[in-house]
This record gives sequence, structure tokens and C-alpha cells, in this order.
Amino acid sequence: MPPKPAKAKTFQDLILTLQNYWAAQGCLILQPYDNEMGAGTFHPATTLRALGPRPWNAAYVQPSRRPTDGRYGENPNRLQHYYQYQVILKPAPANVLDLYLGSIREIGLDPALHDIRFVEDDWESPTLGAAGLGWEVWCDGMEITQFTYFQQVGGIECDPVCAEITYGLERLAMYVQNVEFVYDLAFNDQFRYGEVFHQNEVEFSTYNFERADTEMLFQHFKDAEKQCQALLDGDRKLPLPAYDQCIKASHAFNLLQARGVISVTERAAYIGRVRALAQACCQAWLQSPQGAYTPRFSDKGHG
Amino acid sequence: MPELLLELFCEEIPARMQVGGARDLERLMVGALSDRGLMFEGIKAFSGPRRLTLSIVGLPAQQKDVREELKGPKVDAPAAAIEGFLKKTGLAREQLTVQSSPKGDVYIALIERAGRDTATVLAEVIPEIMAKLPWPKSMRWVPGEAVRWVRPLRGIVATFDGEVVPFSFAGVESGRTTLGHRFLNQGAIEVRRFEDYEAALKKAHVLIDAEERAAIILADAKTAAFAVGLELIPDEGLLAEVAGLAEWPVVYVGAIEDQFMDVPAEILQTSMRTHQKYFALRDPKTGKMANKFAVVANMIAQDGGKEIVAGNERVLRARLSDAKFFWDEDRKRTLASRVDDLKGIVFHAKLGTQAERVARIERLAGEIAAKIGADVEKAQSAARLAKADLTTGVVGEFPELQGVMGRYYARHDKEDAAVADAIRDHYRPVGPSDAVPTDKVAIAVALADKLDQLISFFSVGEKPTGSGDPFALRRAALGVIRILLQGISIGSSLRLNLREVGVNEEVLSFFGDRLEVALKDQKVRPDLIKAVFALGNEDDFVRLYLRVGELQAFLGTDDGKNLLAGYKRAANILKAEEKKDGNFIGKVDEGLLPEPADKALHAALANAISAIGPALDKEDFAGAMRAMAALRGPVDGFFESVKVNADDTRLRENRLHLLAGLRAALHRVADFSRIEN
Repeated sequence: MPPKPAKAKTFQDLILTLQNYWAAQGCLILQPYDNEMGAGTFHPATTLRALGPRPWNAAYVQPSRRPTDGRYGENPNRLQHYYQYQVILKPAPANVLDLYLGSIREIGLDPALHDIRFVEDDWESPTLGAAGLGWEVWCDGMEITQFTYFQQVGGIECDPVCAEITYGLERLAMYVQNVEFVYDLAFNDQFRYGEVFHQNEVEFSTYNFERADTEMLFQHFKDAEKQCQALLDGDRKLPLPAYDQCIKASHAFNLLQARGVISVTERAAYIGRVRALAQACCQAWLQSPQGAYTPRFSDKGHG
Repeated sequence: MPELLLELFCEEIPARMQVGGARDLERLMVGALSDRGLMFEGIKAFSGPRRLTLSIVGLPAQQKDVREELKGPKVDAPAAAIEGFLKKTGLAREQLTVQSSPKGDVYIALIERAGRDTATVLAEVIPEIMAKLPWPKSMRWVPGEAVRWVRPLRGIVATFDGEVVPFSFAGVESGRTTLGHRFLNQGAIEVRRFEDYEAALKKAHVLIDAEERAAIILADAKTAAFAVGLELIPDEGLLAEVAGLAEWPVVYVGAIEDQFMDVPAEILQTSMRTHQKYFALRDPKTGKMANKFAVVANMIAQDGGKEIVAGNERVLRARLSDAKFFWDEDRKRTLASRVDDLKGIVFHAKLGTQAERVARIERLAGEIAAKIGADVEKAQSAARLAKADLTTGVVGEFPELQGVMGRYYARHDKEDAAVADAIRDHYRPVGPSDAVPTDKVAIAVALADKLDQLISFFSVGEKPTGSGDPFALRRAALGVIRILLQGISIGSSLRLNLREVGVNEEVLSFFGDRLEVALKDQKVRPDLIKAVFALGNEDDFVRLYLRVGELQAFLGTDDGKNLLAGYKRAANILKAEEKKDGNFIGKVDEGLLPEPADKALHAALANAISAIGPALDKEDFAGAMRAMAALRGPVDGFFESVKVNADDTRLRENRLHLLAGLRAALHRVADFSRIEN
């Protein structure tokens, strides 16, 4: 057994520890994408880079917004804005689970003292036309990570297959810090999480559920959809700006859902429209220089 | 004799797929070996979270030699045909022999194949069956290859007689090394045979046998519960699942905080089971759920499990806080106030909303209650409230608690106790081992719920097919049958004519088939159900049951057997003659009964007919059988002493009229043509 490392004491320690760990494994350390999105998977560094032959190892924090999860700052662990730590390894190295377990050790969860399990949980994103097989990783009965081998993104088969590791940072920090209420987390030595984000949760819950202008959002959705399609039309396709519009449409849809103005039947239709955009972006990406880039000699990744 | 050891080692296999995977591996291997003429003495398959293992003992070292003669084309056949034959047999023309046959000389190929080494055959067979293994869901992971496995394959052990069987699958080379427990063992383990493999893995904290793991979990959980003065609440399904989640199961006991013990036990247990896979414990004296749980870890922790238990308790606290929140929130509104919310929930695209469905069930429950002597108003209230709990937070979280929660909320709202119980019990029986509702209000709602399901889905063409029954209509029909027939053995039966509550002929016929299945266990003959049902879809199942019962008893007697034989004879004659001359249903001419046997049968028929009708009307089925029994002697006498197809055409016709009369009399009781000997 390696010596037991110090626990990542604060929320920001946790992030720094993961950044350093994955940097040491050869990952690009990227920054959050500057668009509102529901999960780290939407970052082009995952959605688009998961496709095509070029090896790609990257890690980043992604603020994730799920408007319907807002609880006005009153729920102990549910937030409409939270952080995911996302790692994407393409192709998935053969020792990928050991690499992952190394990260868990690094943040202070010693597998010799805990019960770590990989429990079946396949992942599917109807909005991205994406699906994969994998697990929820449990630590003493709590889900601390989602692990997925992508099989398909934007309706396109992934080859090589990549591994996606997603840590829910607040949840993980709560476990490491032994805290039951998310707002009690130590963000650093001076600030608690609540001092940084509680007001944000209250205001955005109000915005998401009560104040967001639905007419404007419906218009945003249409505009984004139109712009996305226009950017993918003709000979000079621009998959990256087009994908930005796809993300915007998706977020507008999420807000409209939180406002309760989309019925069950309409819901499926909206998801279908976003998926169509995502698929078109992914197809265009594969024709673009980075999407089509084929390495001259095989990159061994981490194997 | 040599043995094969095969281990397929991969990343964590979903618990629900492990046992099936091992079974399929065994099945495919048995098939492949027998196709290649390799017999063996024994085969065992094992499964666990990270590996499937197969052990085959008593294999031969070699296949047997094969010698066969293949007949080829004629010597003077076209060149192409001869070329084809040479290609097929792999021989040259001068190696063929010539044999004469009635059609001329033909080529004969004598093929002798020496049996190959079993190891060589296995190296071919194993990758083939691995490619065929039908995982319910599998994935790709090897770049540029379409090969699939349930999760990435990371190792293969394949030894025959202790030596490696060399092959590769999905880029993994077979060998003789494997790994032990993910956290409790370090380094590779070398193995040669099953015996040392099993022992070495046990030392490395892996139990390869799911049954052994389950037995250990069960024993340890019982002991752990006993140690804190409690007992385990048995849960077979959960046991099988957790046995698939640990290579080295270790049971720990944790505590549930007192603040949650007011929450209904069903919620606690379901939350622990579905989300956390914990076993609930109970007080052996009171039978009440206790404030402790048992968790099965895959780890012998260095601190004796302190962190693991503390961690699990924390997770449970969060889970139960959620459940308690829903439980508290749900009770802030009455069930009655939720009925309206059902308008917003689609039941089925062609059948409208849950609200519309509930309105149908309410009406039907009222009608049924009136007919079976249940309190109509209570049945209607129960039906109206029966689905309201679908809008509650607890049922949203735990759909399997539908009904159970409805009862709690109804009790909380001070609804009548029979109404509350009916809300819970109207889903029953949920499966073949579940009890049926016994209170009449619950019976009315349970029947209404199931009959509405059948009537509605049939009306929009959503019927069960051979391969599928997505709306569980068979189960619904079986439920109706079990509820209706429940009181028969104690003489208090439920009488209900299903036509009167809207069941049409199509649904009744469906019930007919289900009745045959449902009553098989009670040794009721399906052909007799068919025979009675054929008279016009009996819609009172109690009456049907009693009638079939008496008929079956009667057919077991001498009189019954002989009468059935006589009926068959009469029916065959009539069938043959009616083919020629049309039917012989008609009045018997009393002046044209020359023989005593003619007269006796005629008189017996008249008696029987006048007795059978009233007996059936009174549901005196034993009486109807007695009336039929009286026919046996005259029928036998008739066939012994007269010739039906008499030369005198008028006499022949009269005798055929007599037989048609016999057939008609028996068909009052059942369609005897459907009865098997």
C-alpha cells in the first residue's frame, strides 16, 4: 500500500488535487467552457473530442447548471449550479480503473478503509444522441463518480472508445469533509461554500422557476437552432460555433422546463430538436481538421 | 483424464448478468465440444463480479480418429462436378476409388481424419464461443475492432491438463495468471488446475462461486443480527444481487437514526433495499422492523469497518431524510384532493388519462359491489382514491409502494378502514404467490381495476401475443380468476356474471384460455373446461368450476367412461351419415321403434332430457350427471343389439334421429366432442 496521503481538506484543495493528479497522468488540463451547460459532457472537449481517431486525454472542472434542481438554497445536497470534474481518456487505457482508483487515494479516500464498488449504471443522453456503458462508483454506499465507456456520441459510433470519468465535486467534498449540508463545506480556510454560493442558489432558483422570461427563452431556442443550422449549411461549415448554439438551445430548453411551460409530449419533441443539432455538429466536426486528424503513428495513451 | 480450466476475467460485470453469463458459457461449451466429438465427465460454471469460470473434467487428450466414405459423382460426370468433389474432399483424382453402382461407376472418396489434440481443438473452440456469448448488453473497447464483451476483458486463463491453451480474444492472450481481490490482494496469481485455482483465489480473497457467497452472506447476516438481539428479514432477490457485488462479502451492521423510525416500515425497507442494497432487521419478539440494518461490503477494512459503517449510515441518513421529507409533504394534502391531479397523467395514449381510467374503475367497482353484496359507496370511494397516491412524492420515488402508501394516506385522512385497506389491496394478487383480497370492498375494486384493464386494452387492440404481454393482461385475468374462485373450497363463493359488467365475448374467450392455465394446479382437465366453455362462454366462473368438477368426477366413473365411449360412437356415425345426407336433428317417430333397445333408448332420452334441464337450472350439476348416468345402460344396449344403418331407410333415419337426440342431450351439459378419452 502506498502511504496514506493527506485528505483534500477544502473544496478547492479537492479540485487542485484532482488537477495535479490528472496532469501527472498526461492529461491536458483545460478550463471550464464559457457557456451554460447541464453537465461536463457538453463541453466540446468531451462531446466533439470523443469522436474521431485522434487520441485525446483531458481533464477540467465544468460548472453545471440544472435549473429544475434548484431548491432555493434549502436542500442539503441539491443545487441548480454545481461543479463536475470531468476526465476524458481516448482511447481508454487498459489500466483506466486503476488510474481512477489512484485519484481516489490521492484525495484521501483510502481503499483499505472503505468499501469501493463498481455498480452497473449505463449512461444515455437523449439530447446529445449519446450512450455508453459503465458504473456508478460507490464509496461506502455513496455514489462518488460516474464512469462511462462511450459507445456513441451524436449518433456516431465512437472508435476508439473513450472513458469518461465524472466526479460530482460537492458530493465528494461532503464525503471527504464529513459534512451533511453542502453549504457547510469549507471552500478554503476562510470561506464556507454557502458564503460563496447560497445567495446564488436562492436567486437563480427564483429566476429559473419564477422570473425567467419564457417568451424570450422560446425565442432564444429558435434563434440558436436557426443559427446552428445556418452555420452547418453549405461548404464552409463551422462546427465549433454551431455547437455553441446547440449548447445554448439545450440550456434554453432546460430553463423552459423549469418554468413548467413544456408539456410531456412537447418535451420529447424539443429533445429531438436539440439532438438533431448535436448530431449535425458532430458530423461536421468529423470533417473538420481536428475532427478528422489521424495520427501518423499510434499513440499509446496510458496503456 | 485431463481437465480444462477457463477463466474470463474482466472489469466489473453487472450483478444481474453474472449467473446468466456463466450459464450461457457452459451451454455453448457443451454444444461446441459435443459437435467436435469430445465427451467429458463433468462441467461446472461459476460467476462473480469480475470473472466467469468454467471447469471441465474427464476430457480425452485427443479426438477419436474419423474414417468415412463419401460418394461422389459418376466417373463420366462433367469435369466441373468432379473438380467440385475433389475440392470438397481435399483429395487428388488418383486418391479416389471407383465403385460400381446400378447407375454406373461412381467415385468414392475415403476420408480418414486423425483425431486432433483436444488442446488444439479447444484453442479453436473457446474464442468462437466467446464471440457467441449472448450478453444482454455488451460494449466495444478495442480500437478498430467490433469485438464485444460485457465490460472490457482484461485476462484469460485457459489450461488443459495444466498447460496453457494458446489463443487470443479481443487482443487478450490466454495464459495461466489471474488476479485476486481488487483491494485485498496484490500481484498476479499463477494457476494450473481448477483445484489450485479455487484455493489460490480463496487465499486472494475471491470466492468464485455465487452460491457460496450467498450462503456466507446469509449466515453472517443472521449471526450479525443475532449478536444485536435481532433477526434478518429474508430477501432472496436482494441476497442474489449482493452476492454479485462482492468477491469477498463481509457483513457489517449499522444503525438507523430514531428520527426516521416513525416513517412507515415499508418506506424504510424499500429505500434501504433499492438505493442502498441493505437488509432490514427486525425484533424477533414483536416482528417490528428494528433501527439497524445489515450491509454487505466487499472489503475487510483495516479499521474493522468503522469508516464503512459510518459512511453507510451517513448515506442512509441522507436517503431517509429525503424519504421522510416526501412522507411529511405528502400528508399535507388529502388523497381526495389529489384525484384531480390524475387528469395531468397519461395512462396510455389510446386510453386517456389516469383520471379517465379512475372514473371507469369507479363506475365498474360500484356495479360489481352491488352484485357481490359489497358496500357500494365504500367501493366507489376506494376506487376513486385508489390511484391518487401515484401523485405523491413517496410513490414517485418508490413506485413499488403504490397502494401501500395510498392506504397510509387514507388512514391519515381518516377515511373508512375498509376503504383504506381496499386502496392497498386492489392491486392484489400481484403475483402467483401473492394473496388475493378477501374483504368485499377490496374485492370489488380489485376486480374493477383488472377488468377495466382487460376490457380497455382489448378494446384498442392491445392484446397479448405469443411473445409479449406488455400490459400484463394475462396476470390481470389470472388475478380475476383467483379472486372469483377463492371461496370455493370453503363453500362461500363469489357469483358474478362478467357479461353484466361489460366483459365481451373476446375477453371471455381470453379468460377461457387463462382458466385452463389457472386450474391446472388443481388437476382440473383443460379439455373439460373447453367442453363446458364451448357451450357459450360461461361468464360465471364459479358455476363453470362446479360444473367442470362434477363432469370430471362423472367421467371418472364406469358409467361416465362408457357413456363417453357411446357418445363418441354415436357422434362418429352421425358425422359420417350427415356428410352424406345432411343433419338428422328431428323428431323421433315413436311408431317406428321395432326393437326393445330402440324403445329403451327413446324412453331413457326423454327421461334424461326432462331431468337435465331443471338440474342445470338449479345448478344441481351432480343431478345432471346422474341423469346422464342413467343413459349409459340404454346406450350400450342400443349399440349391442341394433344396426343403426338399417336397410329400411325410414328406420335408419329414425335411429339416426335417436342418436342426434342423445348428442343434443349430452351437449346440454358439455360439448362432449371436445372431451378427450
